[in-house]
Amino acid sequence: MANTYIPIATVTVGSGGAANIEFTSIPQTYTDLLVKASLRDNRTDSPVTDTVITFNSSGSGYSIRMLYGDASFSTPGSATTSGAVYIAGQYQNTNQTTSNTFSNTEIYIPNYTSSNNKSISVDAVTETNGTPIYASIVAGLWANSSVISSIKLAPMYGTLAYVQHSSATLYGIKNS
Amino acid sequence: MPTKLVVDCSTGVTTEVELTAEEIAQMEADAAAFAEAEAARLAEEQAKAEAKAAAEAKLAALGLTADEIAALGK
Repeated sequence: MANTYIPIATVTVGSGGAANIEFTSIPQTYTDLLVKASLRDNRTDSPVTDTVITFNSSGSGYSIRMLYGDASFSTPGSATTSGAVYIAGQYQNTNQTTSNTFSNTEIYIPNYTSSNNKSISVDAVTETNGTPIYASIVAGLWANSSVISSIKLAPMYGTLAYVQHSSATLYGIKNS
Repeated sequence: MPTKLVVDCSTGVTTEVELTAEEIAQMEADAAAFAEAEAARLAEEQAKAEAKAAAEAKLAALGLTADEIAALGK
């Protein structure tokens, strides 16, 4: 049972927006990592976007199993991807949602300094004053023996950007 | 020029960095790939919906009620 949550770094997007957020030079002194993010991008043709997660700027070896649904339960489902260039599936807010609302995302990465493949779990939900609201949980794998030294978050669909006040905090967690 | 935010966890310093031409080209390629995949997904959904409606119409023509047709899908 983890008994420490140490904030390593926090980033908040400024007025100019940001195409992505990246934590680099992550210290290798913890057991697990946790990212808590509050996200909103500038997409206008949909109320939801996937957050793309990559490690160490790597573009290979990712697999996911995703469960998702919206508040009306009209479109629950699951998806599986293997051999992907990133981990996707966790939902985030867009500019089509109510102004000044942000999605909540929690990314847990156990044993990030291990030489084994890396597992990841993500729990995300969007927010808006109305419907639809989307939720997703993702079990992910990065088939790579490298320690994780950087984590990048980005909106999935190409040229989108995070808007002002989006933020993310990286925590280190020790098991003793 | 689009930018990204890079946080150096060893120093706590956040730097706003302009995307390179390669990064922008990759984003645009990703957007095009997504648009293509999304169009294919929507077309598949529409085809499934049309097939379902056609099947339900045939069952109704055979005399099944709406409740009986709905029960088949449960």
